Amino acid sequence: MKPNEIFTKLKVHFGEEILELVENPPSDSFILVKPQKIDEICQFLRDDDALHFDYLTLLSGLDLKENLGIVYHLFSMKLKHRLVLKTLVSKENPTLPTIERIWRTADWHEREAYDMFGIIFNGHRNLIRILCPYDWEGYPLRKDYKAPEEYHGNKVPY
Amino acid sequence: MSEKKYIDVEFSQLDSERMRMFMGPQHPSTHGVLQLEVELDGEIVTDVIPHIGYLHRCFEKYAENKTYPQIIPYVDRMDYVCSMNNEWPYVLGMEKMLDIKVPEKVEYIRVIMAELNRIANHQIAIATFGLDSGAFTPFLYFFRDREMILTMFEKASGGRLLYNYFWVGGLAADVHPTFKEDVTEIVRIIRDTNAEILDLLLNNKIFVDRTANVGILPADIAISYGVTGPMLRASGVPLDLRRSEPYSIYDRFDFDIPTGRGEVGTVGDCWDRNIVRFREMEESCKIIEQALKTFPTEGDVREKVPKRIKLPKGEIYCRAENPKGELGFYIVSDGKDKPERVKARAPSFVNLGVLPEMSRGYMFSDLVMILGSVDIVLGEVDR
Repeated sequence: MKPNEIFTKLKVHFGEEILELVENPPSDSFILVKPQKIDEICQFLRDDDALHFDYLTLLSGLDLKENLGIVYHLFSMKLKHRLVLKTLVSKENPTLPTIERIWRTADWHEREAYDMFGIIFNGHRNLIRILCPYDWEGYPLRKDYKAPEEYHGNKVPY
Repeated sequence: MSEKKYIDVEFSQLDSERMRMFMGPQHPSTHGVLQLEVELDGEIVTDVIPHIGYLHRCFEKYAENKTYPQIIPYVDRMDYVCSMNNEWPYVLGMEKMLDIKVPEKVEYIRVIMAELNRIANHQIAIATFGLDSGAFTPFLYFFRDREMILTMFEKASGGRLLYNYFWVGGLAADVHPTFKEDVTEIVRIIRDTNAEILDLLLNNKIFVDRTANVGILPADIAISYGVTGPMLRASGVPLDLRRSEPYSIYDRFDFDIPTGRGEVGTVGDCWDRNIVRFREMEESCKIIEQALKTFPTEGDVREKVPKRIKLPKGEIYCRAENPKGELGFYIVSDGKDKPERVKARAPSFVNLGVLPEMSRGYMFSDLVMILGSVDIVLGEVDR
């Protein structure tokens, strides 16, 4: 299915939750959605027979200066189509539902987004840091991040 | 005469404690700095928790502060076993955004280099897996052959492990004059050695007994965990990006996609993962041979690109089939000469996530084999 067909289908099922379809070749087109019901949207995308997105390729966090973004790259093994889903959360309250139970691969991806951007995935069973040390402070990939002077007595900037 | 006494033991009343063991980060079988927290019931693994991040080098943060071509050497250092393959999706993404069509000759050289590097990667994967299972000789055979590939890369690019060879719109330099003969010779020797390895290692009864029915990964779990590459194909799913979404000139070549069939055990066990890698080496040889036949010797290896590369505003996700799985780069540009965000979808990172699911219920000594069959490079897991 083409992104515009998927967009129409999602619009029928979720109405207000689906914001817009952004198309701007040569870059990838994506569907912008509201974060509150992202888990239901993902569940629908996976279970609907005409969509059948059984494979989460990538989940990435983004710092868009005013907001934080979360991008989902989906793929269907059976129907061989792809979809990009994007949602925005505010920096003051970066929370949205987890999709860890829908695609198990999201477990580590969400932990990485939490580690790097401080995005809180509600309902995640093990939301701890993954790449940085467990007691690291701050979220390194945010644009306003400043590396700490020292960590356990070691100088951080070399 | 004393009477014979019977002691009643209620086995369910006995104390049985689960033990926690730590394997790594300095351990020869973790293939780098990886720590596994293993929960054991006797000798049976009940849970595994991988602790990663010991080799985290902030690739994504660095990338935000470098210009687009300056990132290519960093990309090399992610999976240092197959650097040529790493560079490919990154430059592909940029070429797509800038609408650059690279010359025919460049496409051919890229295919040959990437396939040779795929062979080198699988040689290391099978060789170190053999080491984990106690077979030392195949390791030496494979490293002897890999040396020829590295020497060839050195002649072309100047580097033995980290090449910085694929540039936006072409290559860093043309190949050396004896390129064609060198590659033909390498393919011949690789085929000879592989025939020997098949008897020495993969069909060896000791090896088969050690790996068959160990670490079974069913296809549905593999898909849910986002596993790609030889691991997914070993579970019986014939997904290969070179075939399903051909990039570059892969649609011109005739090659098979080997999948696991459970010949000696169950579909998706450790043996299947190794035989898939082994058969892929032969498929790579086939692609190289076909590419050499129609290889254009004349022509330039660099398309005209602007001096300062600025991507148009937008975002792209570009992917390629790496030896370990799908490597993708999600590049977000805001129109400057530096990217707004580069996110790497590292196949090793995703494939390692399925390790707890695969190793529950097997013996502790099998855990080493299961981890070895995932074929991880920690440089890519931690980025």
